[in-house]
Parts: sequence; C-alpha cells; structure tokens
Amino acid sequence: MQFDSINAFFNMGGYAFYVWLSYGVSTCLLVALFFSSKANNQKIIKKIAQRQKRENKLRQAAKLQNEQNKQNKQNKQNEKNTITSSEEKS
Amino acid sequence: MNPRRKKRLTIVTAIIIGLSLVTGLVLYALSQNIDLFYKPSEIYLGKEDTGIKPINGQRLRIGGLVVPGSVHRDEDSLKVNFKLADMKMPITFNESDPTVTVRYDGILPDLFREGQGIVANGVLVDGKFIEASEVLAKHDENYMPKELAEDAGEQHEKPSYSQEQLKKDN
Amino acid sequence: MWKWLHPYAKPEITYHFTGKILPWFSYLATILLSIGIVWALLFAPADYQQGDSFRIFYLHVPAASLSMGIYVGMATAALCSLVWQLKLADASAAAMAPVGATFTLIALITGAAWGKPMWGTWWIWDARLTSELILLFLYLGVIALHNAFEDKTLAGKAAAILTLVGVINIPIIKYSVEWWNTLHQGATVSKLGKPSMTMDMFWPFVFCFLGFALLVATIICIRFRTEILARNSMRPWVRELVEKVEG
Repeated sequence: MQFDSINAFFNMGGYAFYVWLSYGVSTCLLVALFFSSKANNQKIIKKIAQRQKRENKLRQAAKLQNEQNKQNKQNKQNEKNTITSSEEKS
Repeated sequence: MNPRRKKRLTIVTAIIIGLSLVTGLVLYALSQNIDLFYKPSEIYLGKEDTGIKPINGQRLRIGGLVVPGSVHRDEDSLKVNFKLADMKMPITFNESDPTVTVRYDGILPDLFREGQGIVANGVLVDGKFIEASEVLAKHDENYMPKELAEDAGEQHEKPSYSQEQLKKDN
Repeated sequence: MWKWLHPYAKPEITYHFTGKILPWFSYLATILLSIGIVWALLFAPADYQQGDSFRIFYLHVPAASLSMGIYVGMATAALCSLVWQLKLADASAAAMAPVGATFTLIALITGAAWGKPMWGTWWIWDARLTSELILLFLYLGVIALHNAFEDKTLAGKAAAILTLVGVINIPIIKYSVEWWNTLHQGATVSKLGKPSMTMDMFWPFVFCFLGFALLVATIICIRFRTEILARNSMRPWVRELVEKVEG
C-alpha cells in the first residue's frame, strides 16, 4: 500500500484533480460504450421480432382471406347446386 | 484466387501505395514545420537539415537541457532565467557547449529542474536570449520509484512558490 | 488456413461461436481489470519525478496502444472485405470503429490530464499528439461512412477505402517521437528488451493492458453480433433465433 490514509489516497499527492479526472472520464466513456453496445443488440433483436410479428399477422390475414374466399366459393357452388337441384325438381 | 479478385487486390494495393507515397511526400515537405523546436546549437548554426538560422524577433520554440547551476529565480516575483544546452543521451554537459539564455515570467511546470529537458516558446532577442511566454517540461520515457531513485543519486523536487511570489502574478 | 477459416465465413456459425467465447472474454476482462486498476492506484510505487500523477500511465498507455491496435485490426478487416468481399469482415470493421474511437478519445483525454501538471500544458501541436488526433478523426470518418448509406455493402466499401488510406497514420503515430522533435517522450514498454521502468511498476501495467484488451474484445464481440443480426435479418436462422429469444 502506497498511501497512509484514505485522505492521502484521494489526494493523490496533490494530483487528485488530474488523476481522478482521467480515471473518471475513462470509466464513464467505457461504461457508456459497453451499455450502448448491449442496448443496440437488444434493440436490433426487438426490431427483427416486431417485423416478424407483423409479417406473421399479414400472413395469417392472407390465409384467413384465402380460406374465406374458398368458403365463399364453396358456398356459391353449394347455392348453385341447390338451385340446379331445385330446378331439376321442378 | 480467381482473376477478378486478383485484379481487385492489385487495384486496391496500387491505390494504397499511391496514397501512401503522396502522404509521405507531403509530410516530407512539411517536415521542417512538424519539428517542434530548435536546439540551442541550431540558434547559432541553423537547423540541422535545412541550415535555416532564426532571426532576431522571430517567434520560435527552443528545446534543450536546463544547464545545472544556471537557474536564477527572483525572490519576490515569478521571474526566472536559465541557460539551455543541447539535449544529449546520456545526459551530459560540457562548459564549451553552445547555450541560450531563457528569460521567463510565470509558473514553471512541476517537472522543471536543473538538468531536465524543457521546451520554451518565445521570441529570440539579440541572437542568444529567448523571452519566453511559455515553458514546458519534457521528460524521458524512464520511470523510477522514489527509493530507487534516491539510491541512484537522482532527486526531484518540484518548483515551489511562496504566497508572495504568487500574489505578484495576479 | 483457408479451409480452417472457411466455416467462420458463415454468419450463423460465427454468431454462435462468438456467443460462446463472449462470456469468457468478459469474465477475464473483469478479473484482470479489477486487479490491474487496484494495483495501479494503490500499490504501484509513485514515480520520483512525477509523483502520483504517474498513475495516469496505467490508463493512458493501454488506451493509446489499443487505439492503434484496433485500427490495424479494422484495416485488415477492410482489406478482406474489399478484396474477397467477405460480408463478415465488413461487419467486424463496422463493429470495431466505435470502440477504437472511444479508446482514442480516452488516450487523448488522459494524455491532456497528464500533460497539464507534468509538461505545463493540456495540449501542444507536436507530431505525436497531432497524429493521434488525426486517428480520432479517421475513426469518426469511418463511423460516419458506415452510417451514411442505406446500402450496407456500399457503405462498407466506402468506409473500407477510408480505413485503408488512413493506415499510413499508424506508423506516423508510432515513430513520430523518433522522427521528429516532440514534447512527447519515447516509448516506455514497447521497446525491444527491457521496459524503462522497474518491475513493480511494470506488472500492474501488464494486468491493465491485458484487461483493457479483453474489454475491447468483449465489446467488439457484442457489436459484431449485433451487426451480423442486422445484416442477416431475413435469414431463417435469425428468424428462429429471434423467435426463441422473444418468445
């Protein structure tokens, strides 16, 4: 240990301002860089997930539409069939 | 490597080499300005590579070794004057070495002491005096714990100032 | 070597591989940095001339040498991306630039805070300081180019060219203190043979340097993985992965 007391440590032999400025600024910059990198990673995953959800919704909607169209066609066919059959009857 | 990639590599290499050459030439042209300072002997003999001698009244930087025993500090102001000699490695000093006297009125950096390398920024007067407006300390790449330095006979004490001297400054 | 390297040119494999080594980098960085910084601040002896301001050395020198090291890495990646059109090399170059810029900034700020009490000035336009400042501008230029174009391939190409042109600055920084008269002193630790300091001053430096190097590796890894995801967002493996993470 190079320092006799906590005060001596913080005083840094009279160079407190310069030493703590260096260590403080470096720590702040590195912490900011680290966490912004982490946050970017999460952001991109969220973004991709959101787009995927939207796509899935669109796909489902398209599927639903498709099925409905099919159903409609079927119904029309059925109607036609019933009509023709009723025509036949009469 | 296929021919297309080979061609691309050649082009890229050519561009880089070309640009490096250009930058190198520009730097070479600038090299007399990129040198930070004159050595004391260069004040008398001119710059080593160009032979250009500084003229009286010219603003310049001078770098050298503070000649031991040449520092005179005014007792109740910040005025100080000292001699500078060429920096040599290892640090030695001969009586016959050309010296330049620097006059300065201001607070010296903590690393300043006799036998230390410094750089002063100022105006040349009478061919061998520098009226400095700024004195910067240059230190070498060696670091040593205090105990070891004492054993080796090396000592350093940063310049101290009395309240009186500092008051005159303001 | 190409055969060995080739699988890593596949984004999916690289993504999983970097995911595996990332925790190791971060653990080691934490351990080494904690030891190094505590040692540097509390136990390393003060310099006989500089006193305790010498402790800035343990931030300044690793930051400065890493700022150059990262640039060399980025330039290698840029060369690979230009010549072989490796998309991954491009992604890694984009990941390195902000980290390099941060370390250059740290080197400049700690250098100024050290220069003020020791030299007597925060800043001087000598060759070493000026060329390090140019390095910061090069990094900022590369970052700007990466973000300047919508098309990532085009942006990568422009940034790679600037990176390669800027390589010339690296030997200038390194040898500026030998080629010209500078206020900045010569190298202490990268000299061949013995460093110009005692061992009890040198060991904390080793820990700090390796710690910072691993921190660099950690952050570059994180950013690299982000870049890979962003550039492959339409691929099935990314879709699967995102679905797994986001549920």
